[in-house]
Amino acid sequence: MAEAFDSGLEDFSARQAYNRRASRFIVLVFFLFFLLIGAAVDFLYFDFSTPGGPGLPIATPIALATAAAIALMAFYSGSELILSSLGAERLDLTLPEQRELQNIVNEMALASGLPMPKTYVVYDPSPNAFATGRDEHHAALCVTSGLLVLLDREETQGVVAHELAHIRGRDTRLMLIVSVLLGGVVLLSDWAQRSFYSSRTRDRVAGRGALLAIPLLLLIIVSPIFSRLLAMAVSRQREYLADATGAEYTRNPLGLAHALEKIRDAAMPLTRAGRGTAHLFLVSPLSRRIDEKEGAFADLLSTHPPLARRIMLLYRMAGLQKKTGS
Amino acid sequence: MGWVVLAVLAAAVLWVVVSYNALVTLRNAIQNAWKQIDVQLKRRHDLIPNLVETVRGYMKYEQQTLEKVMEARSRAVTSTSVKDSAAAENALTQSLGRIFALMENYPDLKADDNVLRLQEELTTTENQITFARQYYNDLVMRYNTKQEVFPGNLVASFFDFKPGEFFAVAETDKGVPRVDLSLPA
Repeated sequence: MAEAFDSGLEDFSARQAYNRRASRFIVLVFFLFFLLIGAAVDFLYFDFSTPGGPGLPIATPIALATAAAIALMAFYSGSELILSSLGAERLDLTLPEQRELQNIVNEMALASGLPMPKTYVVYDPSPNAFATGRDEHHAALCVTSGLLVLLDREETQGVVAHELAHIRGRDTRLMLIVSVLLGGVVLLSDWAQRSFYSSRTRDRVAGRGALLAIPLLLLIIVSPIFSRLLAMAVSRQREYLADATGAEYTRNPLGLAHALEKIRDAAMPLTRAGRGTAHLFLVSPLSRRIDEKEGAFADLLSTHPPLARRIMLLYRMAGLQKKTGS
Repeated sequence: MGWVVLAVLAAAVLWVVVSYNALVTLRNAIQNAWKQIDVQLKRRHDLIPNLVETVRGYMKYEQQTLEKVMEARSRAVTSTSVKDSAAAENALTQSLGRIFALMENYPDLKADDNVLRLQEELTTTENQITFARQYYNDLVMRYNTKQEVFPGNLVASFFDFKPGEFFAVAETDKGVPRVDLSLPA
């Protein structure tokens, strides 16, 4: 990861391009998924393929329209949705801690050359932070009150720099699309499951034979796992990158390293964060058992890289910095 | 055969336009970053008299230090040339650091909400100056690199782009240890 720290500002356009491709891919998969489900419903329940059924597909256009509506909502008001679902509030500048946070965000906005993001706080003792928003002009940064209590100025600065690095690399847009579309997929598979088990349609499905029912069942079962893995795949490498970029803004990798150490020792689950939003956060807001392990299986299931490794890499960056004298 | 030549020509023109625009965009970003530094310096100049007035009552034995800060401030405000102002601002940074260090000796001061607020305001302004300069230098580095590497240098020299100037930290400033406010009083 030392390379990422050295490689300078020119990388942002490459990362943004990569994220754009990933976003497009996810949206495409999302639409295909809705198309499949719509088509499955048409063929299985509405007897679209038989001469006695309706002449036009019904469920397919409805499913596609739903997909389009969800995708548009994800893009334009997804960040408000996420913020309100977590109970985020605007900063109260009469409190010294929050005024300090506002100042730190201002400092890091200057260091990164980004416009000042809207800053929010979640009143929760669990120390954590996240950033969201479709681009740098509509970005929001959110920290918990527990983080402000736990960390000193330098450490908070490291955390804020990490979050701004996510905004700068357009990670937040991808993550936004992932979390809202993920929520949509989970919702839809629940709905498909209910209609699958409802008595009205069961006899008809049974009559159609197992050949068509099995793919649909698989879809229902696999969809949450599939979307979950998707969210994880796009999340872990990004954390290392954001750590490195954040250190580039503060020129002080130890700030974030100390912050992560403190957070690790004080970690407790964030009550309002669900599976749909876990990947947004600085450190995993869910149970931290997996985060502490390394290895192929843990890598596959965790939304975040192991904290110990992130801290080690930050310390190494600090060492490199001393040697090169920058 | 003709359309191949035409396509190559069109690509070349397009490339010149793109690189020219990239250079102009960067140049404007650098100017904007420079203005950001000025904004922060102005803010610091406005904050310092407030701080000095607020702490004067507490710091009976440090009147000289306070006077020095005010002097450094007025020199920084009145200096016109870039070089003078850089030197004056650096002197101001140092004298401010001294006040912050001395404030640790006055427990009453640290209990005063007003002082704490001013101290936080000044700390963030100092940091903002540092980070604005850092960003400015990062931009200048990108701008200069773009002008020097081949084939960008052809466009840069043809349109007469000048390399940007780095914001250098004064030699005397480098040896000054950072003021650590967390030290025990």
